[in-house]
Amino acid sequence: MSETSAILAETCNRLFSDLIKSETLRESELGVWPDLVWKKIEENGLLFAMVSESYGGSGVKWIDCFQIIYSSGYYSVPVPLVETIICSWFLSQYNKVPPKGIITFSGGGKPLDLSGSNNSYKVSGVIERVPWGSSANYVLAEAHNSNKQVYVLLDAKTSKNLKDKNIGREPRDSMTFDNVCPTIIVDYSERFMSNSLLVYAALARSVQMAGGASAVLDNCIIYSRDREQFGRPLAKFQAIQQQLAILAAEAAAAKISSQIACRAADLIDVSSGLEFEVAIAKIRAGESARLAASIGHQVHGAIGFTDEYMLHYLTRRLWSWRSEYGSESYWAQRMGKAVITGGADNLWADITARL
Amino acid sequence: MQAFNLDLCELPPGVDILREEVRAFLFETLSSYPKTSRARSWMGFDAEFSSKLGDRGWLGMTWPEPYGKSCSSLERYVVIEELLAFGAPVAAHWIGERQSGPLILRFGSDKQQQKLLPGIASGKSFFCIGMSEPNSGSDLASINTQAKRAKGGWIVNGQKIWTTYAQKCHYMIALVRTSGSIEGRHGGLSQLIIDLRDPDVTVFPIRNMIGDEEFNEVKFDNVFVSDSMLVGEEGNGWQQVIAELAFERSGPDRFLSSYGLMVELIRILYETKDKHAEVAIGRLTAHLFTLRQMSLAVAAVLDEGGQPNIEATVIKDLGVAFEQLIPEIAHDLINVSPNILHGSDYEKSLAYIQQACVSFSLRGGTTEILRSIIAKGLGLR
Repeated sequence: MSETSAILAETCNRLFSDLIKSETLRESELGVWPDLVWKKIEENGLLFAMVSESYGGSGVKWIDCFQIIYSSGYYSVPVPLVETIICSWFLSQYNKVPPKGIITFSGGGKPLDLSGSNNSYKVSGVIERVPWGSSANYVLAEAHNSNKQVYVLLDAKTSKNLKDKNIGREPRDSMTFDNVCPTIIVDYSERFMSNSLLVYAALARSVQMAGGASAVLDNCIIYSRDREQFGRPLAKFQAIQQQLAILAAEAAAAKISSQIACRAADLIDVSSGLEFEVAIAKIRAGESARLAASIGHQVHGAIGFTDEYMLHYLTRRLWSWRSEYGSESYWAQRMGKAVITGGADNLWADITARL
Repeated sequence: MQAFNLDLCELPPGVDILREEVRAFLFETLSSYPKTSRARSWMGFDAEFSSKLGDRGWLGMTWPEPYGKSCSSLERYVVIEELLAFGAPVAAHWIGERQSGPLILRFGSDKQQQKLLPGIASGKSFFCIGMSEPNSGSDLASINTQAKRAKGGWIVNGQKIWTTYAQKCHYMIALVRTSGSIEGRHGGLSQLIIDLRDPDVTVFPIRNMIGDEEFNEVKFDNVFVSDSMLVGEEGNGWQQVIAELAFERSGPDRFLSSYGLMVELIRILYETKDKHAEVAIGRLTAHLFTLRQMSLAVAAVLDEGGQPNIEATVIKDLGVAFEQLIPEIAHDLINVSPNILHGSDYEKSLAYIQQACVSFSLRGGTTEILRSIIAKGLGLR
């Protein structure tokens, strides 16, 4: 682990273990914006982690930022930290100064309609399932017309919103824009083509799932040592040990596959095939998330199914993140198609040629 | 917060050239080696091929001079993964190069190293593992092969079983009881190098359910083993075996055993438009890619002299599950009942793997034992 990674991991651990309590999660799921959490994150400079230094950020690489995103998954951080980090980075890659505040994205679905011409572009349309759309200051989305495809940063106050939530009860709002003038417009670049936000969003969710799966494991270890049945702790039963061993192996696989995708994001662009590594991470972490959630609940028994106990804050998020920005089968089909058409005898060469 | 620590590993510069050399060598040497034989993976035995690998300097390459070339474990990794991905017949030298050699290098005497390592590195001297016994499978610490003190050495009595290719190997490194009793468990165990050509050693092949003769029963009837063939310290056998298992459990042989079938499956899916097939192949690829990176990460730890025993166990557990999933997916996607005499390459590969794969979660430690080791690593036991 690099020094930067170690510092970020330590910072996030200290910050989130202190800030995120069960009341924080409970209230935020009821719709209360956890202002203190956001302020502390901002104070610690996490939002601009990946923004280049010339734009006031820390210029952290994806492989180091992995620690922040992993930690946000581990602690179920109930604010769009990950979304803001990615959007700020994205804008700074275009040499745009990212605005202060909460920035979220639309990472998939139908692009907005682009109208007008140079200097007076307008966008209209609906973007769905936007994380914390109603709390955000800005939203980054794609907009198309017949001959131009761009990314636009929009003032979130200019939309009409329909509030909704995913299974994790994280806000996933529908935002309608009607002839709105974008704050920033950038053309596609070699680095960011159509659907780039989908790829980076899928990467982020993979890392979050790795963090969440690891948190479920830790909860299970603590609980199974504590809870006694038949006169001994659950941890002493082979049946429980075997299940937790499976969970531990899965958590390790999720972590490494999502780390590889982060390393790839530092070295290659969407246009040069980053989606290969991201697909692997989303598939592998998604499978781990499924097992982590089911083993986690099985080991915890009825208490894990109660509202009072913390486990469900993790497992409901794992189920949501699994399905967001491409399910396992969505990414598996894309990759499987490429592997099959690539030819049986080329698969090994392709795998070993990756970073 | 972190049960295991596997840091991403980067292959050292220059391995691409090595990789190309291995590929060119395989293409040249094994171009007519049938696909159905490739499906046997590291169970394919060919002494001549092993000797050719030795000539190229690709056996024991991590060992210090004069036995090896002091290469990094990652360079060796590149060589062995290329051999496995091709399905080359590596069984003859596999155990010796993978674990017996490293064991002798780490715990063995100078004399043992001088006597035995050159043979392994040249692909001419073959080793087998002497762990399981008729009454000691998963419960390895209960072994009861006895080595009694004699003048200048030991007299060994007992038997080993499930010993892969003992009938074709020259040496066994046997875990034996040099003091104490079965009740003493881990204490009193030692490792002896036994020359299988000794007339007091008898080897009986055991036919397996596929009809192959790979594993054996090995009997010791008052076999004299000289003091010079004791590996490491007397009574330290258990610790040495544990160290040996990190080499045994983390390599690419723990997830590539069914790769030959995966390749044949992708080949016949070539023109498919079936969504389920694409999804299934995508998932398998994700597993393969991830396992390889995990296994490389362990190789990097081994390279730095670490003992990633738990991490190695995780890789074998996940790797075997992947190897066993491949025939299942094949069965799901292709509607054919494999014929074993005149079937296609795909059919014969499937037929072999379908049967062989049940042994993958037994050899090198059953899945249940592996998981109990992982649970111990988690602090549950």
